[in-house]
Order: sequence, then structure tokens, then C-alpha cells
Amino acid sequence: MTGLSFDLIALQLFAGLALGAIYVLFAIGLSLIFGMLTVVNFAHGAFYMVGAYVGLYVLMLGGNFWVCLIAVPLVVGLFGMVVERFLIRPLYGRGIDYPLLLTFGLSYVMVELVRIAFGKSGYPFDTPEILQGAVDIGVGYFPLYRLFVIGATAVVLLALWLFLEKTSFGLIIRAGARDPQIVRVLGVNVAQVWLIVFGIGTAIAGFAGLLAAPLQGVIPEMGGTILAEAFVVTVVGGMGSIGGAVLAGLLVGVVVSMTSLFAPEMAKVSIFALMAVVLIVRPQGFFGRAGLMS
Amino acid sequence: MTRRITTSGSISRRRLLAAAGAGAALAASPFRINLLQAQEANIKIGFPVPLTGPYGAEAQDQVRAAQLAIAQFNDGGGLHGRKAELVVRDDKLNAGEAATRSLELVEQEKVNFVVGSLSAAVQLAINNVTKERGIIFNSISQSDAINEAKDFSKYTFHEALNPHMTAGAVGRYVFPKFGKKVAFLTADYAYGTEMLRGFLEAGKAFNIENLGDVRHPIGATDFSTLLPRLQSLKPDILCICNFGRDQQIALKQATDFGIKKTTQIIAPLLSHASRVAAGPQAFDGVIGGCSFYWGLEDKFASTKAFNAAFSKMYDGKLPTDYGALGYGGVRTVLEAVKTAGSVDTDKVIVALEALKYDYYKGPQYYRKCDHQSVQSVLVIKSKSKDMKNESDVFEIIGTDEPNEANLRSCEELGHKA
Repeated sequence: MTGLSFDLIALQLFAGLALGAIYVLFAIGLSLIFGMLTVVNFAHGAFYMVGAYVGLYVLMLGGNFWVCLIAVPLVVGLFGMVVERFLIRPLYGRGIDYPLLLTFGLSYVMVELVRIAFGKSGYPFDTPEILQGAVDIGVGYFPLYRLFVIGATAVVLLALWLFLEKTSFGLIIRAGARDPQIVRVLGVNVAQVWLIVFGIGTAIAGFAGLLAAPLQGVIPEMGGTILAEAFVVTVVGGMGSIGGAVLAGLLVGVVVSMTSLFAPEMAKVSIFALMAVVLIVRPQGFFGRAGLMS
Repeated sequence: MTRRITTSGSISRRRLLAAAGAGAALAASPFRINLLQAQEANIKIGFPVPLTGPYGAEAQDQVRAAQLAIAQFNDGGGLHGRKAELVVRDDKLNAGEAATRSLELVEQEKVNFVVGSLSAAVQLAINNVTKERGIIFNSISQSDAINEAKDFSKYTFHEALNPHMTAGAVGRYVFPKFGKKVAFLTADYAYGTEMLRGFLEAGKAFNIENLGDVRHPIGATDFSTLLPRLQSLKPDILCICNFGRDQQIALKQATDFGIKKTTQIIAPLLSHASRVAAGPQAFDGVIGGCSFYWGLEDKFASTKAFNAAFSKMYDGKLPTDYGALGYGGVRTVLEAVKTAGSVDTDKVIVALEALKYDYYKGPQYYRKCDHQSVQSVLVIKSKSKDMKNESDVFEIIGTDEPNEANLRSCEELGHKA
């Protein structure tokens, strides 16, 4: 194939960053929950899928996309809190594989319940009218909706950063992640803190699912592929590091995009190749704290 | 009573117990069940399809319509009162799984025939099992390889279209109308590559220029990194050779990238279930092929009857393309059973080979050398306006009539004439 122009490479780079932003959004909830609770949430993809279905349901009830943007994180976050309170909480202090196995099984239950409620075949999810079409970004045309997703991801990241770094509750969360025992001695209800963190993490997963729906439609199995991608991003960025997840997400996006340009059939493998290389050179990932898993 | 026999001296108590024991053992053994089955059990048709996975929606349609063919056979009195039964298995769109399930159907369920599959690759795995076991397999999924001498056996039938016919029909329709510069986005497995080859073959007559072929893995969820490249090639026609959920997502994202403004998007096959699952926006204006559309009822009485029977069985729903294949695949086998008056494999093969049928889409027959069903190919366009009902999603814009000239020749496939 010919026609490798500067514009194409620039557009491809941009497409990679845009895809990276979507990866970041997929991964951030997973990373938050792991960093703060040391729970590897294998139901992350299922919460993401539930987010898309809640959005679909809100639309069926007559709501619009903007209502979904508020309703979906609230509903999925509340659901996440119920899961934390009754399923995850009894497992704290028992080793990292207990909640991992629990959430793994839970994801199957959630997918099956959605299949029963909504059927096995997928549903269309139209891009909101105002965000349809492609716009000229200087080097070529790019879908407006994807630009919106990048913006939404930036807003989520900024809000999360402000919350964790600039509020006193955020301070408690960070302290609780470092040493829950001391925080408890100081009179803080650590259980409640974890409940809220799990709620926020799953709310972001649901939000990501909603934003993904207009890109690929809605189907019960949609969470399966993103779990692997989110996991790679989290591992490369450093388990539990939100800044690391952002950097890794963007990097993975660019690597996929550039591989797609020169050897498209290798694009899927390139993600895992990148992970392998990073793990060899820096086993804890970019910004991971060594020993978090032990 | 026992006492009387014993006293008469003809049978000892010990011998009676032994005989009763042996009888009980025989009654409980699988051997006896087999004996009974051979005489009065249902005619079993194994039906492996990918109920879970990216082609799940289409596979469910296949099962629904196949059940209709079974119901019609049974309502019509079966084979001298012997009823038919569909034994459905989920092959999970995985060749290994399909082989295991098919073996299970043959060995444990003792099916008489196998109909099914929905993947160019998976059907070959099923075919390997059935041809080795000498069981008739009627494939209802696209494949070129299954026609070739290497994979073919006398037990292999192919009710579905093959990529050569399908891509040929679509290519012959679009190349003269929309331009010669063609770019391809192809799913990197048998279906994609066979369709691509079909388009390039058909394109020779029109001197098309192949601008480039971008491959993606099956089960891809994001095409945003492949589309800018394709767009930069500035093709007249973008041919997206994939299927199921891959097709839904690729068409949706290609629409988002604004490709339709400058380029006609075509697909070898437009699946009804995918069009419904993806919505009108993504498929709008896309041209592709199909083996069946319910709208054929204006042309054929058989289609009208099939639509009516299906809609009666499934609360007013109309059958889809892959549904029709499930129906056709099972119905042809059962009709052949009736003609043969037996479920004997060799007799049914002869009956199938002799069949000239019109069950749902106009005239069809199985070509002698490769058992490929010679049939029409429809060229359809997806619409987003003026829809009369929820199934009114396509418009038939062209038809390749049944003609062996549109198939690869028997010699080309390696069959001896």
C-alpha cells in the first residue's frame, strides 16, 4: 500500500491518543479499586456492561443521553456499593485471591442475568444526534463523538484528582490505602471509606460502558474484551497508580494505532507484547509501588 | 407358580433366577436401548451452532426456523408416523468445541443427520467428524473450502451460499456502478479471505484496482486505528469483509468517520440479525449479498408460505436470512428422508442428489459433484426510511439467478468429472 503521508501519520497518532483516552477510561475504575482496596475487581467488565444496559434502559424509559450521563454512574455506583457491602467486605484480610475469585464468578452471574433480562442478541445504541458526524481536525476528519469521549475522560480524571488530592475525604482514602489500621485507630470508619471507593470505581466502570455503547452497540459479552485491555493498562501503568494508568492507556493506544498502520494483523498482539516488555524492564509498572501484591 | 414349575422339574429355581437376572441386565443395558431406537425412536438431527459469541443472534434464528421444519415434518405425519427431533448444541464458534459436540451428537445422541454451523472454519471441523463417521452433514454456513475435493465427501452437503457466489454477485452489481478503485477491510480468517478472493475474481472482468487490504482479527471492537488509513486511500468502494458483531461495529465506526460521504460501502453479506442489532444508522446505504430476504414473497409462493408458517409459530415475527438457512438445511434432509422412505444414509444421499426443490426462496438443487446448492443470490441495500414493519430493513436491488456458471467448476474444485 502506498500513500504514507505526514497527514496520515499525524491522524494515526491522534487516533491512537483518542483510543488511549478510551483505554484510560476503561482502566481507571479498576486501578482506583486496586490501589485503594487491593481488590482486583474481575467484575470490572461486567459493571461496564451493566452501565451500557442501564443507559439503554433509561433511553427506553424515555430519557436522553444526557440524563444517562448522570443516571448511569449513580445506578451502577449504588449497585457496586451493595456488592462491596455484602459480598466483598466479608473477604477483607483474607488474601488477594479471595475477592479476585469472587468478582470473577460474579461477572458470570451478572452477564447471565442480563442475558435473561434483555436477551442474548445485541441492541443498537445511536450516537446522540448533536455528536454525530466527523469534524476536520486539521490533518483529516475525526468522529465528533470520539472527541467528546476524550473530553469526558478528562473531566472524570480531573474530578477524581481533585477529590483524592484536594479534599479531606480524599486524604482519608489515601491514608486508608497506606495503613488502614492507624486510620482506624484515629477514629475513622474505614469500612465506610472502602464502600465509597468501591462505589466510585464501579460508577466509573459503568460510565465507561455507557460512553462505549455508541461506539460499538450493546451486548451482554461486551465487558469481556475490555477487562483484558483495562488489565494491561493497569499493569503497565503500575497496579494502583492512577497517573500510571493515564500514561499507560495513552501509550497502549498509540502503540496499537502505529502497529495498525504498518502491520494491522499484529495490533491485538502488540498490547500484550508491550506489557511483556514493560514487565521485564520494570516489574512494578511505570508508577507502581513494589510489593503491593505481596 | 414358581413352586409348580420347580416341582415339575423342568426349570430349577436357580436357573430361573439366573434367567431373570440376565433379562433385567439386558433391559437396563445400552444395547437394548439401541435395538429399540433403531425401530421406533425419533429421527434425530444434530444441530451445532454458535449460540454464544459474536454470531449468537444469527445462530438463534437458525434454531428457530429449523424447529419450524421439524414441526412441519411431524405435523405431516413424519416418516410413517416416525417423528423428527432437533438436538441443538452450542459450538461456541470454536472449531475444537464444534468437533467435540459433533462427536457427542454422533456417539451419544446417535443422531441420524447433522445440520448446522455458522462459520467458514467451524463447519470444516464438523465436516471432518461427520465424514469420518459416515453421517450426512448439511452445512448452513458460507464456505468455499467445503466444496473442494480436499474437504468434500459424499456425506457433505452445502445448503448455504459460498463466498465465491456471494462476492461474485455483489461484485458484478457494484463494480460497474460505483467505480474501479476498491479498498478492503477483511476479517483475518477463512470467511474474510474467501470473500476477498471472491471479490477479486469477480473484479477481474471489470478491471478493478485493489488499493489495499487491511486485516483485522476476528472479534475486534475498535476500528478507529484502521479507518484513517483506508480513508486516505480514497477508494470509490470500501468493501468490509467481516460478519456478525465485527460487521456491526465496523459499519458503525465507518459511519462515524464519515466514510459514507465519499465512498460506497459494500459487504459480501448483510445479515438481518446484525442489521437489527446495530440499528438503521450504521447500515444505512450499505450494499451486500444475502441468500434470503422475506421480501421475496412478492416473487415466490414458497417464500410466502414459509413467512406465514414462521410468523404463526413465532408471534408474527418474520424469518431472517440465517433462519431461512436453518429451515432449508433441515427441510431438505427431511424431504429426502420421505422420498427415500428410510433414514438409511446412502438412500438419503441419493434422494438429496435428486431433489429439485423450492421450499423458501425459489428453485434450488444440489450440484452432483460437490453437493453445493445451486440457488439465487440476492443483492440488497440497507434502508433507514419508509420501513413498513420491524423486519423491513433491506431492499432487493439485484438478483443473480441460479446458475452453475456462477459457481467454480467441478474441475477447478478438484472433482473428477
